[in-house]
Amino acid sequence: MSELPPGIKLEKEDDKIMTLNVGPQHPGSGHMRIIVKIDGDYIVSCDPDPGYVHRGEEKMAEYRNYITNIPHLERPVIHDSCNILYPYCLGVEEILGLEVPERAKYIRVIASELNRCVYTLYWLAIYGIFLGHSTMFMWPTGDRELLIDLLEKLSGARVTHAYFIPGGVRNDMPANFEDVCIRQINYFEKRIKQYDSIFYSNPILKSRTIKTGVLAQQDAISLGATGSVLRASGVDFDVRKKEPYDVYDNLDFQSNTLKSGDSYARSKIPWLDMLESCRIIRNALEKIPKSGSVRVKLKPNPKAGNVETYKRVESGRGSLGMYIISNGKPEPYRVKISVGSFRNLICLPYLLKGEKLGNMPAVYWSLNYWPVEADR
Amino acid sequence: MSNTQNKSNLNGDVHIHKNTDSNSIDKKEDDRPEFETNLANTLLHNFGEKIKIDFIKKNRIKVNVQKENIVEIAKFISLNMKFDHAEAVTGIDYPEQNEIEVVYHLGSYEDNLSNQILALSTSAIREDDPTPGSDRTKLPSLRNVFYSVEFHERECFEMLGVYFENHPDNRRLLLPEDWADIPPLRKDFKIKGR
Repeated sequence: MSELPPGIKLEKEDDKIMTLNVGPQHPGSGHMRIIVKIDGDYIVSCDPDPGYVHRGEEKMAEYRNYITNIPHLERPVIHDSCNILYPYCLGVEEILGLEVPERAKYIRVIASELNRCVYTLYWLAIYGIFLGHSTMFMWPTGDRELLIDLLEKLSGARVTHAYFIPGGVRNDMPANFEDVCIRQINYFEKRIKQYDSIFYSNPILKSRTIKTGVLAQQDAISLGATGSVLRASGVDFDVRKKEPYDVYDNLDFQSNTLKSGDSYARSKIPWLDMLESCRIIRNALEKIPKSGSVRVKLKPNPKAGNVETYKRVESGRGSLGMYIISNGKPEPYRVKISVGSFRNLICLPYLLKGEKLGNMPAVYWSLNYWPVEADR
Repeated sequence: MSNTQNKSNLNGDVHIHKNTDSNSIDKKEDDRPEFETNLANTLLHNFGEKIKIDFIKKNRIKVNVQKENIVEIAKFISLNMKFDHAEAVTGIDYPEQNEIEVVYHLGSYEDNLSNQILALSTSAIREDDPTPGSDRTKLPSLRNVFYSVEFHERECFEMLGVYFENHPDNRRLLLPEDWADIPPLRKDFKIKGR
């Protein structure tokens, strides 16, 4: 090769690799930054950088008593607020020795299933729009209103319900709730069944998601994935089945698993779960005791002894655990929130390696990841 | 710092009446669940003095180990007892005992173990004036045993200043890059206005 003109250097091998910052302002990344290194169109490595919405929930919980902790602990995931308060309430009930009335247990199950659907629809809308499917943005956003109305009837608030309290729920169901709920759920079930034909059978969606970002079963286990990510890879683990809390062992439902472990399976599991949720809600409304109290009376500033507890529930994003340590004071000594989003994040660098950059949204959003929850 | 008295009580009972469920939630030795007791006995049988059982409750076991032994015991738990992933890694600051406790909540996706959580706890020396990464607050990392602890340990490092040796990537995760204060989940970090 002849001599290069002055000022021009030979390209080094490293120069082929380009570093790309996706986010935190980019809407495609959620409230986080993903640093991807690309070689042409292929992702060489990926480094997720969360923390842009870290609010120190765990620290705040050490300064408030067991009751005043409720409204701020639901903030990490406001459209799944019942499910994030669930393990907290179960834990506080255990350390304070509270016995929850039977009727409250059923109301909790109904509220948490409604909330799971509200969350899933929100996530599905985002998933749809980032794959260029704007009908899938409009439909779930519209259908979500049905369930938000129901939750508003129950709790008085559209999203941040703060409805669960240690020892039951804040207030009883309104008088005509059961009839309205059955009616809305029946309609809702009909609606979401149509998602199959417009979204999940759509050849464009299939070509973008089938066999992209495949997570093998053994890897899902060793990466500690949870929720829909885990069940899409063929591991049948649902906390509602494996370690039933409240009245889930009396209810008739199944946990959904798929084998393929790709983005398509991961996006389908939450939808299947919504159909299961409709079943659970109907079943719970049949079995709920017709009358009775819905909360136990709490002392002002309740105190527990020197005890600790770890409780978990199945949220919209997988297993959600709360580790509460008490030292005899009205405030907890330490509250650790173990969330599904944070646990599933570790799958992202693994799944994106070797994938095309254009497939990043399909893989990233299929992880059912909610950045605000992961940051806490 | 007045609200930080409890470490000695929390573990103290246990050390005195070892293996007798002194935790106030459990009542008598007879009530102890059989399956969980057998799991704990497996550990005691193999490691004896190296392990202190904190409590045995329904679906929950907590064991206490020294940091020198934690990798060896974690390997045993992973390979022989089939606990395959970590649900949470929690750092807890105890200024009066001068230590930071780190608890690994280990779970399993095996059918017979899927309702169990084994809490494996150890503690690191606490420095009054922390310089995260270069002081004595260090623990061996379990990342080579449980791959799933990678991000959890990074979080624990930035939030409490516990440096995990042999962790491949001890960078910050959630805190801002220019964070210059002490690790925020230590008890001597106070929230303004509270």
